[in-house]
Amino acid sequence: MNTIGHFQYVCMKTNRFLSNADCSPLKKMQRLMHTEHNNLRKPSSRVEPVPARRASLACVAALLLAGCSGDTHLSFLDPQGPVASAQRWHFVEALAVLVVFVAIPVFAITPWILWRYRYGAKSSRYTPNWNFYGPLEIASWAGPVVIVVLLAIIVWRDTHALDPYKPLASDQPALRVQVIGYDWKWLFIYPDQGIASIGVFALPAGRPVAMQLTSATVMQSLHIPALGSQIYAMGGMVTQLHLQADRPGRSLGENNMYNGNGFHQQRFTAVAMTPEGFDAWASEVRSSGIALNEQILKVISQRSTRAELNAALSQPRSPDGNFYFSGATAALFPAVVMATMGGTMVAPAKAPQEPANTAAPAARKPAAPATEKVQ
Amino acid sequence: MNYEAIKHPGLNLGSAHGRDHDAAEGMVFGFWVFLMSDAILFSMVFATYVTSVGATAGGPGPHELYDIKSVFIETLLLLASSFTFGMASLALKYKHGTARLIGWLAVTLVLGVAFLGFELHDFASMFSKGAVPSRSGFLSAFFDLVPLHGLHVTGGSIWLICLVGQIAMYGVDTQVKLGLMRLALFWHFLDIVWIAIFSVVYLAGLT
Amino acid sequence: MNLSDILQQPLGRMSPESLPFWQMLHDPTEGNVINGVIATGAASMVVIGAIIAVALITKYRKWGVLWSEWLTSPDHKKIGIMYVVLAFVMLTRALIEAALMRSQQAFGLGGGFLSPEHFAQLFSTHGTIMIFFVAMPFLTGVINYAMPLQIGARDVSFPVLNSISLGLTAAGAALVMISLCIGKFSTGGWFGYPPYTEASFSPGVGPDYWIWALTLASLASTLSGINFAVTIYKERAPGMKLMYMPLFTWTALCTSIIMIFAMPPLTVATAQLALDRYLGFHYFTNEFGGNMMHFVNLFWLFGHPEVYILVLPSFGVYSQVISTFSGKALFGYRSMVMATTAIAILSFGVWLHHFFTMGQNANINAVFGIASMLIGIPTGVKVYDWMWTMFRGRVRFTVPLIYSIGFIYLFVLGGITGILLANPTIDYQVHNTVFLVAHFHNVAIPGALFGLLAGYHFWFPKAFGFRLNERLGMVSAICWIFGFMLAFFPLYALGLMGLPRRSVAYNEPSYVPLEIAAFLGAILLTVALVTLVVQLWVSIKHRDENRVFVGDPWDGRSLEWSVSAPPPEYNFAVIPVVTGRDAFTIAKEAGNAYQLPDTYADIEVPKNSAMGPVLGAIGLALAFGLVWHIWWMVILFFAAAVVTMIVHGFARDTNRIVPAQQVRQEHRRWFDAVAAAKAISREDERKSANQGLAEQALPGVPA
Repeated sequence: MNTIGHFQYVCMKTNRFLSNADCSPLKKMQRLMHTEHNNLRKPSSRVEPVPARRASLACVAALLLAGCSGDTHLSFLDPQGPVASAQRWHFVEALAVLVVFVAIPVFAITPWILWRYRYGAKSSRYTPNWNFYGPLEIASWAGPVVIVVLLAIIVWRDTHALDPYKPLASDQPALRVQVIGYDWKWLFIYPDQGIASIGVFALPAGRPVAMQLTSATVMQSLHIPALGSQIYAMGGMVTQLHLQADRPGRSLGENNMYNGNGFHQQRFTAVAMTPEGFDAWASEVRSSGIALNEQILKVISQRSTRAELNAALSQPRSPDGNFYFSGATAALFPAVVMATMGGTMVAPAKAPQEPANTAAPAARKPAAPATEKVQ
Repeated sequence: MNYEAIKHPGLNLGSAHGRDHDAAEGMVFGFWVFLMSDAILFSMVFATYVTSVGATAGGPGPHELYDIKSVFIETLLLLASSFTFGMASLALKYKHGTARLIGWLAVTLVLGVAFLGFELHDFASMFSKGAVPSRSGFLSAFFDLVPLHGLHVTGGSIWLICLVGQIAMYGVDTQVKLGLMRLALFWHFLDIVWIAIFSVVYLAGLT
Repeated sequence: MNLSDILQQPLGRMSPESLPFWQMLHDPTEGNVINGVIATGAASMVVIGAIIAVALITKYRKWGVLWSEWLTSPDHKKIGIMYVVLAFVMLTRALIEAALMRSQQAFGLGGGFLSPEHFAQLFSTHGTIMIFFVAMPFLTGVINYAMPLQIGARDVSFPVLNSISLGLTAAGAALVMISLCIGKFSTGGWFGYPPYTEASFSPGVGPDYWIWALTLASLASTLSGINFAVTIYKERAPGMKLMYMPLFTWTALCTSIIMIFAMPPLTVATAQLALDRYLGFHYFTNEFGGNMMHFVNLFWLFGHPEVYILVLPSFGVYSQVISTFSGKALFGYRSMVMATTAIAILSFGVWLHHFFTMGQNANINAVFGIASMLIGIPTGVKVYDWMWTMFRGRVRFTVPLIYSIGFIYLFVLGGITGILLANPTIDYQVHNTVFLVAHFHNVAIPGALFGLLAGYHFWFPKAFGFRLNERLGMVSAICWIFGFMLAFFPLYALGLMGLPRRSVAYNEPSYVPLEIAAFLGAILLTVALVTLVVQLWVSIKHRDENRVFVGDPWDGRSLEWSVSAPPPEYNFAVIPVVTGRDAFTIAKEAGNAYQLPDTYADIEVPKNSAMGPVLGAIGLALAFGLVWHIWWMVILFFAAAVVTMIVHGFARDTNRIVPAQQVRQEHRRWFDAVAAAKAISREDERKSANQGLAEQALPGVPA
């Protein structure tokens, strides 16, 4: 334990240039490792977690960090995958067309007109009743038409090319990931690996990821700007998203659709690793993650931020503030979709300050929940 | 027929009514515009219904719930009431006398109320089968669309009673005429909406 | 909701906990105290403001005047002015909220001082107020004031209905104000997406406040739209063909038509959400066949046309302002009309671009993306035609023109970012980030607000008979323009850096400088508003030096300038006959702008009606009862509403006659003023020599 811990600690120390505050699990980990070291040195009144377990989880975190250094990538203007870089190109292309053909002419001609035909310029031509000149009218319509036609072609092409539902071309099979939006955290399920995570979305670089999304609560929007598109996650429904990271690195991931008090904390880090690193990470999580059972899921489904979830889970957890689960099956995701649709999802805790006479939703629900089809 | 009459056929007063005819111009046109807005309202609710037909959530669907016989009677009642309102409009336009006007209006009201009675009976029997609006998205949409029409008919009936009251107080004056012309449009509009409900909800639901 | 419930809970779900300072007193943590103090301060401002207003009115014994001259007046001019006053009051609140949000985000690195819930209420009320209780009343007020005068009408088609619209709008605004004092407003944003706003996720009163405020506002707007459209179709002066109408009237017509068609989807969406919340229906719930996508579609089927409801009247104002202050006919009138109607029609076909990210297929997204960009064509034409209007003109840099220039520049940028957002692939990246926030402020502020402020400066002398202070107006305009740039350009960058909208806090230190810049921008915008208030104060103080009773201070081109300032209640002593576009300019050029008629006729005007304020008050009480589940109140005021309308149906003799003698006297008095006034050149336009009579140059000959 000590060896691993110390090794990591040294790693951290050397990564001085990692300055980004929150989304870097490194910072958190650093802090947590400090605490852990202190705990080891001084006898503490707190109940110690099972040390071996904790050590493995630290190891999971370490694997996440292996090979990825540098800042968290925030933007599609700093793309880390093929989708985002195509989007950046499209953005630049459209912006250039608009600036050159729309903004610059208007911005240049308007001041000239204003100066040349200001009230004081008595020598400039003044035609108070001049209100029509065919060629100028035609030009005024033709200009915007041409620009829009040009852009329409780009839009048609790129919208189809970058359809988030379209699988990415690759010689490798896509990694399947199922994402469930909870208030206020994302649960990433890797059905083929039998693992799941919260706070971290690990993916192998160079291999496409095929995501299915749903929400166990309200509408949310999953977005990893540096990797690609965002897509809504909605209760009782399944949406899809295809992404890929080109190289190892960390990217900011977030929810873009407001869903309550913990909204701004519903963030995660997308960590692209080498394929070998990913496999190692997955097997590490498989062996040392928290077993994802019904009870744990119930706790996750409560309205809570990651920190509050930490407090609510009695299980040992990773020192980086994220959660790693083993025993995740492919059946979990459809079960959550069905349960949300059938109204059997755990209802969020009622705000305690609400007076009691609001009609309890449970009372007006029919006795037999329906779970017959997924739209 | 003079030029004016040809220019404005249909629901109008005609030049025999003098100033009232002119006053109707803006007022009735305004009501047409209102009906367009109301038509959008209905079309949105129709859209909700059509996209929710399958969302029965395991609960009862159209086949278990709709009683085509009752709905057919409702349709006949409402169509008949539109006809009798048409007769009232003619009585107004050609000055057949207040008694005849009120008579046709009374028949219209009776038919309208009978329609509402049958509709309420339908709802009650659906409720008794457990088909309450909170049961499913489909039933929510149903109980949005059909009662919305019913509420319109109720409102129209109250308006009709008020107009008869106004006739009793003031005789057939300008405002009563304008009111009757607008209510006539409203009533026929509701008839058209009902035809759409009959086709889209009941006929399509039962096929 | 049975009888025992009503008796046991006469105040519904209201309790002391609903007061804004309750939590602070019971759990005085630092965060609770800060938020409690801010909330209580805001509530006190509302309460104290109301008390001061009541006290002042009582002290100066103005209740009678207020009631008989204003609240019950069916005069479109007074109703218009009241709308604008309402808009300014609400603008003050919403702008303070905006500044508070900007300051929170400026200090938002890892926390800030506001609680997430407080912040969420701020962005929800800010958006709701700015759209429904600032922009909508402002534009409705300006249309109300100017449009009937422009078409040579005595009033709108349905003056009492007009007053009812105002009453309902004011009731909605009052409901939002009350939510500051009792209970909490929605945290679901101005579009209140379910299922977040459903009872299972937001059980409190917030979404109910939002639902009923919007219901009142949308009802009022539907009625206004009908009223304006019918007025324009039916009340035009003889000879005014559709293609002779001033462009502002055209935009008012298009806006009205959009109101008529776009408001019902909103009414349906909010009504269905209310049914979900109150009676357990399943329209938008996750479970039992509900589908939130219905709400999203319905809302934006309203929401996108709403954008054009907001900007079209301003486009009309810019057209009038640019033409007037360039001393030149509007270039490409037909193109402008075609562009306006094209925008109105296209606005109904693009709603889906508000949710490209909801998972529909690429064909649908591409079609709606391209449809959205199509709107850029008529909009682009308009921008060019405004430029060509100034071309070969004599441009005078008055306050309205400064706003127009600011608009042309900033709106082009807003249009560009709009076209970027209309690209689904780019939208996938910047949707729901502050880039989007920057974009819609970039169209809404220069596009709608600047135009309405330009209109305020333009028509103020017409409405009150004196000009506004030019210098302070200029300061304010500059502050609005640069404040806008400072407040919103950084948000574009922040959006590209991945900051989601509605974030109370963030963890990226790199956001801080941009957030601080935006905060400074918000301060500058606040200064702009304060300057407007000071300007009004100063202008009222110096009103006698700036009187323009003759009525044509800007050498105006359309009919509203042909009457006195302020105009008589019946607008025109004699209804003018129109022979072409720019009717007043034609008359001035022909030398027959000011003529005495041989005879005067009696004029029929509507009597005052209490329907507006009464239905407004009933609507407010009904909505309040619904929000708090005070069922006796709901039943009582619903019945009251029905009875009021029935009783109104029985009313007769609703018009009164202004005798020809009085018309003659008023007209002669004005005519004497015209005769006594000295015509001024445009050089002296902004000096006190301007009494509202414009010197005429022969066409084509430089003055």
